[in-house]
Amino acid sequence: MAIWLLRLAIDRWRLAEGCTAGEGADAEPWVLTAETAHGPRIEAANQAGLAAGARPGMRLADARALCPGLKVAPSDPAGDLAFLASLALWAQRWGPWSALDAPDALLVDVSAVGHLFGGETPLLADAQAAFAKRGLAARLAIAPTAGAAWALAHFGPGRAILANPPRDGEGDRAQRGGGGSPHAPPLEDENPLRQPCGLPPPRPGEDMLANLPVAALRLDDDVLTVLRRLGLKRLGQLHTIGRDALHRRFRSRSPEANPLLRLDQLLGRAPEPLLPVVATPDPLVQRRLMEPIRHRALLDRVLGDLAADMARELEGKAQGARRLELGLWRVDGEVIVRRLEFAAATRDPAHIARLFAGKLDDVDAGFGIELLRLRASWTEALPLAQADFEAAAEAHGTSLAECVDRLTVRLGERAVRRPVAYPSHIPERAQRWQPPLAPEPASQGQLAFHQRPLKLLDRAEAIAVLYATPDGFPQRFRWRGQVHEVARVEGPERIAPEWWREKSTVRLRDYYRIEDGEGRRYWIYRHGLVGDGRGGPPEWFLQGLCA
Amino acid sequence: MDLSAFIKAGELAPLGERALKHSGRWRPGLGGARHSEVFASAREASGAAAALALAMDGLELGQRSVLWVQDTAALRLGGRPYRPGLPEPLRHRLIHVAARTPEDLLFALEEGVRCRDLAFVIGELAGNPKALDFTASRRLSLAAEKHGVPLVLVRLDAARDLGSARMRWQVRSAPSLGPRWNPFAPGPPRWQAELFRARGHTPGEWILRDDGHVLAADRIAPAPDHGDLAFAAGDRSLAAG
Repeated sequence: MAIWLLRLAIDRWRLAEGCTAGEGADAEPWVLTAETAHGPRIEAANQAGLAAGARPGMRLADARALCPGLKVAPSDPAGDLAFLASLALWAQRWGPWSALDAPDALLVDVSAVGHLFGGETPLLADAQAAFAKRGLAARLAIAPTAGAAWALAHFGPGRAILANPPRDGEGDRAQRGGGGSPHAPPLEDENPLRQPCGLPPPRPGEDMLANLPVAALRLDDDVLTVLRRLGLKRLGQLHTIGRDALHRRFRSRSPEANPLLRLDQLLGRAPEPLLPVVATPDPLVQRRLMEPIRHRALLDRVLGDLAADMARELEGKAQGARRLELGLWRVDGEVIVRRLEFAAATRDPAHIARLFAGKLDDVDAGFGIELLRLRASWTEALPLAQADFEAAAEAHGTSLAECVDRLTVRLGERAVRRPVAYPSHIPERAQRWQPPLAPEPASQGQLAFHQRPLKLLDRAEAIAVLYATPDGFPQRFRWRGQVHEVARVEGPERIAPEWWREKSTVRLRDYYRIEDGEGRRYWIYRHGLVGDGRGGPPEWFLQGLCA
Repeated sequence: MDLSAFIKAGELAPLGERALKHSGRWRPGLGGARHSEVFASAREASGAAAALALAMDGLELGQRSVLWVQDTAALRLGGRPYRPGLPEPLRHRLIHVAARTPEDLLFALEEGVRCRDLAFVIGELAGNPKALDFTASRRLSLAAEKHGVPLVLVRLDAARDLGSARMRWQVRSAPSLGPRWNPFAPGPPRWQAELFRARGHTPGEWILRDDGHVLAADRIAPAPDHGDLAFAAGDRSLAAG
């Protein structure tokens, strides 16, 4: 559905003046002007003004020559646009999507919603009545495409409805009111043999369009001038010329300068995406207070909480506030409003609270403030930023997970590990390494019959041993070039090889926990026994350093 | 040696906390400095064992983990920590870091000291690498004091170079007392520890031993008392002046 508000600026001015059409101020000739380089120019004129000879586009001086009593008010294009945007949201009462068609038209997608109003004709009547009630002059039309609806609204009969044309074999694929993005239908019917040089023949419903002037194609003025000079005045006349000829004459890619593209859009052969208007509620946070506050310190604290809430709200939307409004509802019915604008979008709660604190010095709390509300009436996109974790780590220390992450990133995955018990009685297999924060595997409790060394060498080191008997413990041994006299011994603790996974020739180990004359404690073992048939005389190794 | 000669933390407490604190002499249970160094030989595990005992002295572990960092040379000389041989409360808490170079070791130590979920950090460093100069040492001291995580750095086969550690120990193994049942077996470990430089404490020499879960110390050679020369500075940060 296309809605054309033919006198939007004047209607808005009149509503602002508070008078009905043709009465009060509207009875006198009024014009809305805009300042240009050549003096004020008339943007719009009311009925009396038009009757007096003022036309949009005229210089004010020329109009004054025609009608000396002309009254002037400045036009407000930005206000008109904002009003149109709010109207677009309001117009969503007739359909789920609406789009602006600046400067003075709206498009509403009413696909398959006609039955809610009892058909499309009652829908149009309802919309017309609603606009009339608001005091806005509007022309409405419903058509399968946005272009056709626009054309009918501007140039067709009042409240025109263009029926949905049946498409050969593919049902209803034409778009209505421009919702979504219409696909270009397959061009099988453009058989060059059947249609040697022309456009496809007009389909049912197109005869209503065929009588419309070419201006209904939403073209630029200079293109319209060219078409008029070519003698093409009606849409139907475009069919009489070959498509190739039009294509040769109008090569522009932009739809406003290409009648062929506009015609395709109007007939639904080319897509025309629309930008829908979506209502975005302002971020708003508020605190209701159980006990009205009267003191500044409490107010500052509540304000800090509000600022933190607002920061969270804005962060969730990846936005920053440019303007904030703080409302303070007093118990006795007064409302105090403070506004704050920022040079750049921000959502720093401390910053917000600090700036507001400067504006709250003159607040009279009266009997107390019971409700505070903070609203961000102007927001801008502000990407989420990483917090300064280096500073946080400096102030509060890192957590264990962060610490492990920092270590693994620099030192590598395998450098940071945790020892866990593994079910094996071979000492070097009884401990395994796993990532530090992985859950510890279940393990059987260790029987504390024997003490184990505090540290274990990665590879047991061979030692030269002097012993009294080959089966006994050593008297002294040489390790890393130094001789150790053994003073105390505990052992042997015999650890047999794991026969279920090792070869049968692997020798057993007899472990001794020893202490030398200077008190140094070691864990050494004899690898094998004399005469066990698994090699020569047994060797001695030092495997661990005891505490 | 006569067992009654040992001074235990429990016995010292009634003597008057204030008097002891002001005596300037180190004793177990006082809680070590935030940054200590233990010089030891790489041929024995006494350095790491004494460092663990000193770090756990008077410390509530809670749920926190323990970081043990070794550089490659220390790892090759002294081996890795062995979970079944660790003190019981540390077995499930230990996180081991194998640093390739002394620079990596210092980085890991500093990161560990800055972590609030660690009870203490043990470092093992062999020799006197260039990376550990006075600046690096002071950096570690300041970080440990700022975040309150104790750091004990074990220096294997190292000369007593310049360092800003608040307490510096020289540790070697001491012959153990025989265990109760087997007179020929090695007993609970003891270490001879010399506190040769400390801030707030007079130097001295002790025989340390892990008495159950309490560190016990026996002063062996009373050092001449020079009065409270170092007392005024206390254990406050050097950065504070």
